[in-house]
Amino acid sequence: MHIWQFMTDHRAKCLMLTWEHIWMVTIALVIAIGIGVPMGIVITRHEKAAQKVINIANVLMTTPSIALFGIMLPLLSLIGQGLGKVPAITALVLYSQLPIIRNTCTAIQNVPAELVDAARGLGMSTWRRLREIEIPLSIPVIVAGLRTAAVMNIGIAAIAAYIGAGGLGVFIQQGIARVYGEMIVAGAVLVSLLAIVVDTAMALLEKLVTPAGIKIGRKHIDE
Amino acid sequence: MIRYEKVTKIFGFGGKTVTAVDNVSFEVEKGDVVTLLGPSGCGKTTLLRLTNRLIPITRGKITVDGRDIMDTDPVKLRQSMGYAIQAVGLFPNKTIYGNIATVPRLLKWDKQRIQRRADELLTMLRLEPEKYRDRYPAELSGGQQQRIGVARCLAADPNILLMDEPFGAIDPINRVGIQDEFLRVQAKLKKTVIFVTHDLQEAIKMGDKIAIFDQGHLIQYDSPEMILTRPKNKYIADFVGADRGLQVLGLRKAKNAMVEAPYRLIEASTDTITALKFLRDNELNHATVIEKERPMGYVTPSMLKEKDGLVKKIAKHYPIQIYPYDSLKDVLSAMLMYNIRLLCVVDENHKLLGTISLEDIQTSIMEIYHQTQKDHFQCISGNL
Repeated sequence: MHIWQFMTDHRAKCLMLTWEHIWMVTIALVIAIGIGVPMGIVITRHEKAAQKVINIANVLMTTPSIALFGIMLPLLSLIGQGLGKVPAITALVLYSQLPIIRNTCTAIQNVPAELVDAARGLGMSTWRRLREIEIPLSIPVIVAGLRTAAVMNIGIAAIAAYIGAGGLGVFIQQGIARVYGEMIVAGAVLVSLLAIVVDTAMALLEKLVTPAGIKIGRKHIDE
Repeated sequence: MIRYEKVTKIFGFGGKTVTAVDNVSFEVEKGDVVTLLGPSGCGKTTLLRLTNRLIPITRGKITVDGRDIMDTDPVKLRQSMGYAIQAVGLFPNKTIYGNIATVPRLLKWDKQRIQRRADELLTMLRLEPEKYRDRYPAELSGGQQQRIGVARCLAADPNILLMDEPFGAIDPINRVGIQDEFLRVQAKLKKTVIFVTHDLQEAIKMGDKIAIFDQGHLIQYDSPEMILTRPKNKYIADFVGADRGLQVLGLRKAKNAMVEAPYRLIEASTDTITALKFLRDNELNHATVIEKERPMGYVTPSMLKEKDGLVKKIAKHYPIQIYPYDSLKDVLSAMLMYNIRLLCVVDENHKLLGTISLEDIQTSIMEIYHQTQKDHFQCISGNL
């Protein structure tokens, strides 16, 4: 097992790069939530804006990551941040927007009309309705969007090693440059493991945030 | 009191407009249940939703106790009126308690008061608080959910209830039950209720007054009896149907048609000869035998003929007893079913209040048709 040998020999480096990778993806996800969730909510109130915002997010996600790094290089160079973590995190934030905005928007739009009518008719303000009804009912779907974004970002962050962002992509990039098979595979295995672990954890979170009343409802339908 | 003054609602802009409510004026008295009745698309739901500003009014004015609803913040206005809809719309993420607590929490009641209120409402609607309080809507049957919908609408004790086919989603058998329940509760609470329905039976049963709509116009606004006996035009007559004579039977109570005691009565301790003489002298073919103020049965001349002893040995028991608030429809049905022309009306202690015969029912119905309008209204208020 050369790979295992490689990993134990370079334990410190492995941990460091994994940590760097997690850190980058987490920061990006937190910023992406801060932008995407409110955006997703706002556009449910403005139908015309909704389509535009989702189209833009769609274009962003279709752009290949290497191309996006290329576009950002001259732009962020203007503030002296053409390479490194800043463009990497920026790209991750942009990539996360589509799953987050789309899921948030769809989830809130899918809250049954009679619930919205009842909430309004009983005298809940828009804000209150959002907080007590619409968001709690949408949370599972929003978290599902975060899950997609997180797993996707772990993959994209590996490519960000090419613009000097660090993370597990460093093993892959340097391994290719040095024709060092064990290093490439170690990087690939660690990135994949990270993705699987995060995916499982987010799936668990999805279950955890589903309101009890909804779970019961699903159970009844299954019966 | 809710007053609608020339209320008009137009949906859409430019060339594509629909007038959902057209120049409607009427008043809802405090403590009355007014049913808004008509086919779908007649504007009844729109009118209800205008009342709590869920949709904005185009022209005209709605006042509640003299105050224009446009002068009240819409959120505050809605909190002051109960709201129940056909789809119920219980919040699935909240428990039954959480659902009932919705408006009290918006009004910032303290927790203990809300808990007391929720338990009180559950008890009132015959759902055990201990059993249902912490359940989720998904665990309840459709009928139970609609009761919770009603409880949620009553929670903050609003004076006005707006109900849009609140029992529409329940099967006919359970619907009758929840209607009775609501009437029982309403008799105590005396709320001002606007109740939208497309079901004539429900409108007649629930309404102190009925407002019938067609294509946004208010066609007739009257008591159920007036609507049934004096439909204003062909539209109303067709709407209430050819069997409206039978519907009137459903409206009148036994106590309106009964002949009060004492009349046609024979004491149980009377002997048969005296009894027969009594029947012949008064040209009766039937008399009620009473014992300790309670009807024990009846006798006819043929039963008494050539018999000795006391009438109570011979008297035949009534197959069924009638209570004062039973509808004439039920009384007539009982008469047809048991093939008997006379029945006794008793109070809850089974004491005789009076008797009711097939002829009495007929007379009572004729009365409604022939009364002057003024007498008629007195009669209605006596009913309720």
